[in-house]
Amino acid sequence: MSRLLPFFGFLLLVALFGFGIWWNTRHDPREVPSPLIDRPAPAFALPRLDQPDKVVSKASLLGRPYLLNVFGSWCVACGEEHPVLMAEGRQLGVALIGYNYKDEPDAARQWLAEHGNPYELVIADRQGQTAIDFGVYGAPESFLVDAKGVIRYKRIGPLTPQVIEQELKPAIAAIAKESP
Amino acid sequence: MSRALRLLALVALLALVLPLWAQAIDPLPFKNRAEEQRFQNLTAQLRCLVCQNENLADSNADLARDLRHQVFAQMQAGKNDDEIKQYMVDRYSDFVLYKPPLEPGTWLLWFGPLLVLLAGAVTVVVTVRRRGRQGTPVATAEGDEW
Repeated sequence: MSRLLPFFGFLLLVALFGFGIWWNTRHDPREVPSPLIDRPAPAFALPRLDQPDKVVSKASLLGRPYLLNVFGSWCVACGEEHPVLMAEGRQLGVALIGYNYKDEPDAARQWLAEHGNPYELVIADRQGQTAIDFGVYGAPESFLVDAKGVIRYKRIGPLTPQVIEQELKPAIAAIAKESP
Repeated sequence: MSRALRLLALVALLALVLPLWAQAIDPLPFKNRAEEQRFQNLTAQLRCLVCQNENLADSNADLARDLRHQVFAQMQAGKNDDEIKQYMVDRYSDFVLYKPPLEPGTWLLWFGPLLVLLAGAVTVVVTVRRRGRQGTPVATAEGDEW
């Protein structure tokens, strides 16, 4: 028995190692959990991409839930996400608002003209300062904000049909149940 | 083209490249050496969210530069180190701190190694005592097998 002990110790390590691999295939180790979930979204006031003289603020968006989608024309993964938003953006039951992140306004406008514009409106954060308040650290990211301005769900990385079905839609349904 | 001329052209090209490289270091207008050291010390304790194995001080990522400027601006505004760290934690969670805070959720992280050490010590003591009681010498041929 005592001779087998090291072997069992080895098996234990193998099991731990296997669990680590299994865990990492299911979870993105780079994903940083947002401390902002279930907290009020930070206040912001940013110009519209199409009409830079018009400012959109957090207060002006209160009253209905929306999905804030952080994107940039420079962002490769956003290009992968875009067709999904084009296909499903209108059927989510919440307004889809684009958050153009650290982008040249001209490049962003051209990108939307080329690939289609799934957004009800797009706000532009050219310097990326407001994005820091949102805890944005890459693009694409998506924030589901309810009618009271509280962040209810965050997706880091592209929205895929699977993520929309399994995570986003239940989160939207939870909001809809609260405020009929 | 003569050899000397070619060399001169090369040096001229290098002279063009060097200032570009120097710009990438992202100079900030520090008032004095102490302030700069405080800044370096603070940004070394904060993690870059984009390249997560780098700290803010070392990272070249765009966001890291923005956050460095944020740290600098807050230092100018008279915020202390804890307030600046809290600002980062409020937005990016405890993950931005290289040194995790001591709280119930991190007790295992902080004291786990101590537990393993204690378990090892207990095992050694128990084994040694048992062998002592059985009258076998501590270093046996069996021990060498492993």
